[in-house]
Amino acid sequence: MAKKPVHFSHNGVERAAFADDGQNLLEFLRRGAGDLSPKYGCGQGTCGACTVMIDGETQLSCLVLAESIDGKSIRTAAGLASDQLDPLQVAFMDHFAAQCGYCTPGMLVSARALLERNPKPTREEVMEAISGNLCRCTGYEPIISAILAVAEGRAQA
Amino acid sequence: MIEFRKEFFADERDDDLNEVGKPTRRQDILGHVTGRSPFFDDHLFDGLLHMRCVRSPHHHARIRRVDTAEAEKMPGVVRVLTGKDVPTNLNTLLSLLDFGIDDEPILSTAKVAYRGEPVAAVIAATEAQARAAVKAVRVDWEVLPHVLDVEEAIKPGAPTVCEVYPDNKFIYHGKYDHQKLRFGDVEAAFASADHIVEGRYQMSPIEQAPIETCGAIAAPEQNDRYVCYTSTQALFFSLGTAAKVLQTPSSRLHFIGGTVGGGFGGKVDSIHEPLAVLGAMLTGRPCKYAWDRGEEMQVGAPRGAERWYIKDAVARDGRITARKFIGYFDSGAYTRLSSYAIIKGVGHLPGPYTIPNVYADVYCVYTNRTPATAMRGFGITGVDFAIENHMDKVAETVGVNPIELRILNSYRDGDMKAHRREAKNCALVECCQVVAEKGGVTLSPDARAATSLTGGGGERAQIPNFTATDEHGRVEGFDTGSYAQKASAAATAPQPPRTLPASQQPTSRPVQPPASHQPAIPPTPAAQPAQPAPPQKPAASRSGAMRFSSLSGFRRR
Amino acid sequence: MALHRGRGFAAINYPIGMNLGGDPSQALVHSNPDGKFTVALSAIDLGQGMKSVTRQIAAETLGVPVEDVYVDTADSDTGPHDMGSFASRGTHRMGNAVIQASQEARSVMLEAAAEELEVDAADLVTDGRGNIHVKGAPSRSITTMAASQAAQFKQGRTIAGRGIFLIPLSEVDPQTGEMTPVSCFAHAAMLVEVEVDDETGEVAVLDMQSAYEVGRALNPKLVEQQLRGGAWMGMSHAIWETTEPYYPSRDHGPEDFNAYVMPGPGDLAPHHISVLERPAPDGPYGGKGPGEMCANPVLPAVVNAVYDAVGVRVDDLPVTPEKVLRGLKANGGAKPRKAL
Repeated sequence: MAKKPVHFSHNGVERAAFADDGQNLLEFLRRGAGDLSPKYGCGQGTCGACTVMIDGETQLSCLVLAESIDGKSIRTAAGLASDQLDPLQVAFMDHFAAQCGYCTPGMLVSARALLERNPKPTREEVMEAISGNLCRCTGYEPIISAILAVAEGRAQA
Repeated sequence: MIEFRKEFFADERDDDLNEVGKPTRRQDILGHVTGRSPFFDDHLFDGLLHMRCVRSPHHHARIRRVDTAEAEKMPGVVRVLTGKDVPTNLNTLLSLLDFGIDDEPILSTAKVAYRGEPVAAVIAATEAQARAAVKAVRVDWEVLPHVLDVEEAIKPGAPTVCEVYPDNKFIYHGKYDHQKLRFGDVEAAFASADHIVEGRYQMSPIEQAPIETCGAIAAPEQNDRYVCYTSTQALFFSLGTAAKVLQTPSSRLHFIGGTVGGGFGGKVDSIHEPLAVLGAMLTGRPCKYAWDRGEEMQVGAPRGAERWYIKDAVARDGRITARKFIGYFDSGAYTRLSSYAIIKGVGHLPGPYTIPNVYADVYCVYTNRTPATAMRGFGITGVDFAIENHMDKVAETVGVNPIELRILNSYRDGDMKAHRREAKNCALVECCQVVAEKGGVTLSPDARAATSLTGGGGERAQIPNFTATDEHGRVEGFDTGSYAQKASAAATAPQPPRTLPASQQPTSRPVQPPASHQPAIPPTPAAQPAQPAPPQKPAASRSGAMRFSSLSGFRRR
Repeated sequence: MALHRGRGFAAINYPIGMNLGGDPSQALVHSNPDGKFTVALSAIDLGQGMKSVTRQIAAETLGVPVEDVYVDTADSDTGPHDMGSFASRGTHRMGNAVIQASQEARSVMLEAAAEELEVDAADLVTDGRGNIHVKGAPSRSITTMAASQAAQFKQGRTIAGRGIFLIPLSEVDPQTGEMTPVSCFAHAAMLVEVEVDDETGEVAVLDMQSAYEVGRALNPKLVEQQLRGGAWMGMSHAIWETTEPYYPSRDHGPEDFNAYVMPGPGDLAPHHISVLERPAPDGPYGGKGPGEMCANPVLPAVVNAVYDAVGVRVDDLPVTPEKVLRGLKANGGAKPRKAL
């Protein structure tokens, strides 16, 4: 099977790895780069559990060819925290915005991308930003509350 | 948007505990928000193999031949499994609780009874290679007539879905083709009722839809054991089922799970663990078997459909004096957990109300669809939909406010319930009152003054002097497991099941000679000495194999 | 063509714990020499909070702070037998097993402390902050850490406990259905307001007012998670979801989330929850288990509200626009009732 070298920035770290022919980014990140934070939920681009940021834009990694990220910057939920947790992560903990936790990484990536392009979103803008991320546990309300709390500066930084 | 109404039942509670009652953060939350919680698929193995199943495109078909030769030559294919590779290729989940007859093959060899039923499993180096090889497995099908509606399925002459239950009905207690509930005399109450209210209700089949699909990864571990990372929501159901199906002592299995991406009932069935471990056993390599989303939705067992008929006798003031249920659970092609849900459901009838006469016949019906299984509210959600929809019809009929009607009929502490146990710890009245208050619904002084602690017991605590019983639906020759009938289960001699002659049955069900229950399917040659007999002899199928029962431990049957 | 509002009500109870009976849950608890505890279970945390609620139960019973306890689920080599997390049995059955295991471990811990303090173990109490002291004499005290170290390195005691909770198998009378189905019941009532579009047949849930009686709320935030998420699921069951939209036909079965539709963040209804707590006599600290029953009242309440709004009673879930429109057509248009 043909393998292609891929150079990319992974949560701020320059990396190189081989992508299998036709491999999607989700599998590449999980099996190839050892980043297990993007999750498989459908492989069809309909659930959002595999959401990552490519050059700052949210993308469904199950629909992206791994080789296409050569030279690009990838951010995932595993890279949200640096020395400290991201305020969104803290807010999700405080607002009980996760139950099973499986949609949480993708949800956080969508929320982080929203706040980077729009630091003061309205409730409607939050709802729209996470509308591609399915959650079966929470009924979404605690997630919306957590994101708004960060946007409105009510959460711990 | 949430309040805790501590004033209710305050004298039954001490609210000064150290840890219990506190809004402590979840133990697992840091792992969840950092993406590091270890779900089953978050365990990486070098050389991981992928398993995918060859599935029936038909609702009901005989399998003439499964030809895996071409698939075995495909790139990356390591092995193709069929039923003969499965040491005990017949199971029912609740056999671990000694309830029910083994009725479902792991990989079917004689016939399929639903669209999507697996007949072979391809193991390959990549998932894509496994998918390609699945398409290369040739199956020679002989399509059979099928039945999809529960009431069609129990009519005479309907195709038999599952040979263990020739009349397409689970057999309860080795005795009846439905679960009965009899309390008082509903017919007498109907005869003297001011109003009769009837309804038919259909609960839809529903997908549990956890965001993580069901799956398992198994691998050879040191000391001649197998480790299995699994999404199961029932660790010892899955471990026990794997031990049984693979004829392996449980000590050789090391199951790890417990961090699961949602379940809602859809991860009890233990479908993946036995096949993943079998794959690891036969290849000596790590093996993953997981559903994709399409399989999760159409092959994974849903919350089953239910159909309910309810008939009430109602007095002018809104008091319900009798309630009769006829219920049909659509179990799909095999039993899984539907038989159990019905007992749970029957124990729940007639809902949270004190009704002096209650009757129910509830059937677990086999149809040619994906087997049903547990989902949040299992056995209850469907009938609660029916009951509470019906309650509104009753309220409209008698012209009583719907909330008042519930309070009027609500069960109270000390009342006798239809399953003949005293009601305790009730709180329905208070819930109704709180919602009425919040919704601005004005209740009568009586309804406002009602409590769950008062008004019950006394006459309402009595079991009716007379309960009308009957023998309809009586069958013989079944051993469907103990369900607290241990003595009779052990004593029943293996014999073909038969329906009692009509003369012994009060119903108009036609006589079917025992011969009609012999399945037309030729027995599968036993691949291994310990393999249980094919399903035409239900009682015999349980003998020989080592069975584990939570109730009685290991025993040879 | 117009939008019609209506309200619908439903009330339910829910059996807690597996009625089959004869299906016990086990728990093991042990301490490290520094007085930190591990609870080993084979129960599953699938989001409902098994790890968290049993952790609080164990800490409460042991008399130590919650951060001194961690719960491990589920490794069959270390976690003792438990069939699984279903039938609203987790909190109730496992909670009771954890209490029993923790009581046994606590009694050893108190014996170790008593030996160090040279007092009778029966006179000792815990303060829940990591200290053990003589009842009424807080100064005569020892930390749980010191007691655990003494047990391990001086006294040769094992601070550990085993717990099991078994409700014996209930007989079911084949003729009458007489049985002991469960040990306790949770309760709920729900009032929903809907808006029905008589042109498109679409139903929107506008508001939910509920009261849930859940026994003692062992962790109020975990309870809220279940009630809020569960009611959302109930709304979804009522209006959106099914694997077989033309049941009993198997046609048009969804195979992805574009076809299997559920309400998204833009379809939510405000849900005003009231929690009532009537402790279950046999529940762990009176807890029942709110996880399953929370969806149930929403389904009939929505159906009843649609009837109230337009006079169409849909007895066949889910309440799709197609069914509403067929009902409106059969009735000759919307017949608002406004009865509630």
